Amino acid sequence: MSIQQISIFLENKAGRLAEITSILAQNSIDIRALSIADTSDYGILRLIVDDPEKAKKTLKASEITVSITDVLGISVNDSPGAFAKAIGILSDANIGVEYAYAFITPEKGKAYVILRVADNDKASNILKESSIKIINQDEIFI
Amino acid sequence: MSNYYQPEVETASKEEMRKIQTENLIRIVNDCYNKIPFYKKKFDETGIKPADIKSIDDIAKLPFTEKQDLRDNYPYGLFAVDKEDVVRVHASSGTTGKQTVVGYTQNDIDIWSNSTARAIAAAGGTKSDYIHVSYGYGLFTGGLGLHYGAERLGATAIPVSAGNTARQIQILQDFGSNIICCTPSYAMYIGEALKEMGIDPKTLPLRAGIFGAEPWSENMRNEIEKALAIDAYDIYGLSEITGPGVSFECSEKNGLHICEDYFYPEIIDPDTLEPVEDGAYGELVFTCIGKEALPLIRYRTRDISAITREPCGCGRTLVRMFKPKGRTDDMLIIRGVNVFPSQVEHVILSLGMEPNYLILIDRKDNLDVMTVQIEMSEKMFSDSVREIEANESRIKDSLLSTLGVSASVVLVEPHTIPRSEGKAKRVIDNRKM
Repeated sequence: MSIQQISIFLENKAGRLAEITSILAQNSIDIRALSIADTSDYGILRLIVDDPEKAKKTLKASEITVSITDVLGISVNDSPGAFAKAIGILSDANIGVEYAYAFITPEKGKAYVILRVADNDKASNILKESSIKIINQDEIFI
Repeated sequence: MSNYYQPEVETASKEEMRKIQTENLIRIVNDCYNKIPFYKKKFDETGIKPADIKSIDDIAKLPFTEKQDLRDNYPYGLFAVDKEDVVRVHASSGTTGKQTVVGYTQNDIDIWSNSTARAIAAAGGTKSDYIHVSYGYGLFTGGLGLHYGAERLGATAIPVSAGNTARQIQILQDFGSNIICCTPSYAMYIGEALKEMGIDPKTLPLRAGIFGAEPWSENMRNEIEKALAIDAYDIYGLSEITGPGVSFECSEKNGLHICEDYFYPEIIDPDTLEPVEDGAYGELVFTCIGKEALPLIRYRTRDISAITREPCGCGRTLVRMFKPKGRTDDMLIIRGVNVFPSQVEHVILSLGMEPNYLILIDRKDNLDVMTVQIEMSEKMFSDSVREIEANESRIKDSLLSTLGVSASVVLVEPHTIPRSEGKAKRVIDNRKM
């Protein structure tokens, strides 16, 4: 049920992001969502792509440090309060969210959010009980 | 008119000095042969017997000693005396995480104290002076070395130790410090701090400074003398020989007088190992003829210098050495601490990482700053910033505990640190001394 997210190490050097996105483009890898965690010395580029394994192989071939992380994806109504409700459910169940990022979806009226939590199964069960939809890899790329 | 602490030795005639040196050399050669298995073995291997040494001129017959020998016999294997007679130990960085340990009998402490007392006197110090010691106190020989010299001279020692610049300045103002002893870069740091605080150095009782533990140039001397409104004197030493005070500058500021009655100097060609003539540059070698606990024979310092027996305007007949020009190995001195690139490598490998690293050294605000760049690897990488930071902290803490000096860690992309065919260039030293 979880989604494979690509994480890439980015040294804080001009042009790194351009270089990496260019490599992906050259190999026809489609990015659906992206987020960058930044520190003073480096960043972690997180991507949801159409073919995570291909992306990983391609990047590794260019000597870029990559890893794949299983993250949770949820679908909420694209209206005020919907996201707060989902986070509230997790919070009440004492499930911490390490990071999150949201993106446009092909499904009208809905917003997708990627969540990194400690326990994907526990989190998805709690959310499903409250009728929050968990999305899988295929649903992101309709 | 020069201040001598021990005029009879400091202005001894050539014959008097040779007599002292010959007696001392014969004594330690016998001690080494009879009490230190390492030396007995070395002597036997080269076919030398203590009886073959009849004068100081025979010193070139003796085998050399190197830092590795101290490491191989860690911690006390080269001591010539029983532990009941060792009243102190000190230690300095080793290349692979093990320290280089040295020991002193009461006699050794006395001769060391005499050496630094001579240095303080040469810098104009007297019994009425306050000696502000800002070298680190501890296993490092700097603080205690100058401290004991100050007390030996009969002056007043102020054991400030290093750090806490605001307090240093308060003490300089209130305690009456006349001579400050610290690293040259810390002296500059204090100078800058005085300027920022709007304190005119001429209003301080400070007259002189004795600076060492790291290399510094004539330009640096001029800067310090201006910034602190003092006379700046050089002091040299290494813990394997005794610590600071092996040699010291006088009012002529033209070379450092070696306490050759205790530490006999030679300059050798580092490749052929043959002594070179006076005035020629080569590797500085010392024989600890005045010592009991660790009387090292022909210890190769790896420092490049030259000696001269030309008469000195101060009247001292002690042979002079020139400021070391560099080293024959890759040792670095960072904030007064000996650091070997191989130590960094050792830390990285012991943490299970690939040793693709680069050491950058800069001088910022007159203090040495060390940065270790390490290539990120698959193994080390994590999606979590917290985990990466935890790794960085682990590396930093390990470096601090192994090296004794802190370094910042910067993670860089893989394959960005240049590889090379032969010896990898591991250090970029941007400091201009």
